[in-house]
Amino acid sequence: MKLLGAVLVFAAIATPTQVSEVAIDNFNFAAPTITVPVGATVTWTNRDDVPHNVVSTDNAFKSPVLDTDQKFSHMFETPGTFKYYCSLHPRMTGQIVVNR
Amino acid sequence: MATRDDEQGMDRRGFLECMAWVGTGAVWTMASGVLKGTPLEASAYGAAKMAGGLRFVQISDSHIGFDKAANTDVTATLREAIAKIKGSPEQPSFVLHTGDLTHLSKPSEFDTLQQLMSELSLPVFYVPGEHDVLEDDGKSFLQRYGKGTLGAGWHSFDKDGVHFIGLVNVVDLKAGGLGSLGRGQLEWLEKDVKHLKSSTPIVVFAHIPLWSVYPEWGWGTDDSAQALAYLKRFGSVSVLNGHIHQVMQKVEGHVSFHTAMSTAFPQPAPGMGPSAGPMKVESERLRSVLGLSRMSFHAVNHPIAITDVTLADTM
Repeated sequence: MKLLGAVLVFAAIATPTQVSEVAIDNFNFAAPTITVPVGATVTWTNRDDVPHNVVSTDNAFKSPVLDTDQKFSHMFETPGTFKYYCSLHPRMTGQIVVNR
Repeated sequence: MATRDDEQGMDRRGFLECMAWVGTGAVWTMASGVLKGTPLEASAYGAAKMAGGLRFVQISDSHIGFDKAANTDVTATLREAIAKIKGSPEQPSFVLHTGDLTHLSKPSEFDTLQQLMSELSLPVFYVPGEHDVLEDDGKSFLQRYGKGTLGAGWHSFDKDGVHFIGLVNVVDLKAGGLGSLGRGQLEWLEKDVKHLKSSTPIVVFAHIPLWSVYPEWGWGTDDSAQALAYLKRFGSVSVLNGHIHQVMQKVEGHVSFHTAMSTAFPQPAPGMGPSAGPMKVESERLRSVLGLSRMSFHAVNHPIAITDVTLADTM
């Protein structure tokens, strides 16, 4: 147990954690473009009364369907621009720009 | 037509309203869910009462599983819609459900829907809405309702000389786009209608509107023009949709477009709210914005007559 705890602490220190939030609200990704460093985790939260999902247009990631207040997180480990949309309501689009 | 209506004692105003319905120009009627008492609805109901022809009912957007403020008991309101159908003095031959049977595609939601609909003891034809194909590419839907259908659930059948076509425009949607039929389904549609006489009345039913109601909210279908092109030679085409949880109508030449109310919750008129999401109304008003649509063909060479009936209506 002790060893595991030490490893977790070490991991937390070694990886600079940056968490970015994107709310899904009124059939929109509230921040349609966000810029994060490599290694950042982005969390989407559905604030609507209807389900949405988060699907990357190049299949890099896909969330399960998010009902009200459910969240989905994805860590971006490579630089680039990742476009995504809600495959239920495809007018809803956004992108994550990942910088080195 | 004038003679027939005069025989039925229709006054001049009623006649003009009827002509507006069958007119060749575009007629736009927009209402936030209720058509009761409007001239169009009155004349359509009059025609339905005269009819000895084919009758069927459209219900839509039952969203079994939804439990938010806009309607915390969608099972009860669907049950009321079913009671309305059962209580009608003129029984329909069958029912069309134009999608969003469930809210989250859960097996338990499909089971509840199935159990409620079975109380009708009528054939029910389904097309899926986007809420019915959430997790598993529509397998839950197709296991229950896919028998005799192709692709994601499209199919056609004939009833009393009318050709019915159920289309699916809620799968494989592209980022930034609207509803989509896809090439495979369009090719099937072209073949499906190829051998029909142009005098055959056509009824198309699909979840998302096949006309551009309000693209800003995704209320339209990217490749619907191609589908309508295949139907252009037919003298009577009726397009029945759901998805927008309110009644809208448009007549364009020989094609009449109609969307039905939801049995679960209303949505705002286009652009009249922050988004297309569920709209909460005062609880005493809820049943006046939920309902179903009764359809009939007076005769094969007549346009379809559509009566939108709210849960608050007594008829």
